[in-house]
Amino acid sequence: MVNRLGELERAAMDVLWDRGEPVAVREVVRALADRDLAYTTVMTVLNRLAKKGFVRREAGEGRAWYYAPVASREEYVARLMLDALSLTGDRETALAHFAQSVTEPEAEALSQALDER
Amino acid sequence: MNAALHVAGTLALCTVVAGPLAGARWVWRAPRTGILLWQMLGLTWVMSVVGLLLALGLAPYDAPIPVALGRWAADAVRGDVTPLAVLVVLGLLSALDLVIGLLWTWWSVLRVRRRHRDVLALVARRDDAAPGALVLDHPHVVAYCVPGARSAVVLSSGALSALAKDELDAVLGHEHAHGRERHDLVLLPFSALCAVLPRVRLVRSAAQAVALLVEMRADESASLRHGALPLAAALRRFGAVRPPEGALGAADIAVEARLDRLAGLPPLPPVLRWSVLVAGLVLVSTPVSFLVF
Repeated sequence: MVNRLGELERAAMDVLWDRGEPVAVREVVRALADRDLAYTTVMTVLNRLAKKGFVRREAGEGRAWYYAPVASREEYVARLMLDALSLTGDRETALAHFAQSVTEPEAEALSQALDER
Repeated sequence: MNAALHVAGTLALCTVVAGPLAGARWVWRAPRTGILLWQMLGLTWVMSVVGLLLALGLAPYDAPIPVALGRWAADAVRGDVTPLAVLVVLGLLSALDLVIGLLWTWWSVLRVRRRHRDVLALVARRDDAAPGALVLDHPHVVAYCVPGARSAVVLSSGALSALAKDELDAVLGHEHAHGRERHDLVLLPFSALCAVLPRVRLVRSAAQAVALLVEMRADESASLRHGALPLAAALRRFGAVRPPEGALGAADIAVEARLDRLAGLPPLPPVLRWSVLVAGLVLVSTPVSFLVF
């Protein structure tokens, strides 16, 4: 069940990233039509993503909620790379990397990817 | 005073040995033995610091530390406190500080990892070229392990395209060894010590030495399965991506050391490995015997 939810979160996130604008639940249901998901399932998935801080929820027209990603996919990848290269200032033992291979300018470019919002 | 002298001697020995051991090459020939020795040395050092303070503070009771501590506490409750109490309190506080430091480090590491896993679940993909690993689409050459009960090995697409098949296998073997042998737990007490005593150079160099040994152990495990040559080639590739800029950082020195080792340092003979472990056990038993009995 956990795995299935994780997989759905990922699929929902892909939909939100593709649209690039706040999306209503029923649009996500439609985009994932081949999976034949219930409206409430998709809403649960989106709310889980919101709780984890990946998705922003805003009130739209009528009573519908609209969802939008908090950051782009590239920003999340850049954040992981900063973690992986121990450049985030968090304690370095969280991850074990194979070898350091990043130069100052590269590290700055990674940080900038996060600042451009 | 007997306890204080013994513990002080052990503390001095640990402190004197740690410096040379941090720079020693012979431990590279038996990384696992080296890692164990460092654990024992660290434990001895910490227990000796606490033990010395307690032994000095409790000297007037002329009794084993646990017994004397009980009497001291009873006296303190009655308001019968000598100036030496400062040492006892200091000893207890430093023990508490170390435990809190360890828990705090553990908790913050877990938090970083959990967040990292959550994000990975959204943006990483599987790739047939790297079975058992997660792939991140990014040009930097990166390979790492997210340790935990279920560890994850992650590669960047940059690493995927930079490495030949046998090199890739060796790198994956290296990362899986980190996860399988829970090297993060080996490093944890030393990170905690660094957090509690940030300005002590010896602690930092000990932590670096253990980190290097952990990498060497993962290298050892990977090269047994996939050969030393592909692993060394992969390490060079990781280094080669970086244009040389000024002085070598600690990470580069570590890579040089690992390449040195892979180029053919002979393993330490078992007799020596066992002698080292016995010496470590003798060392650790001194403060234990005074703190517990």
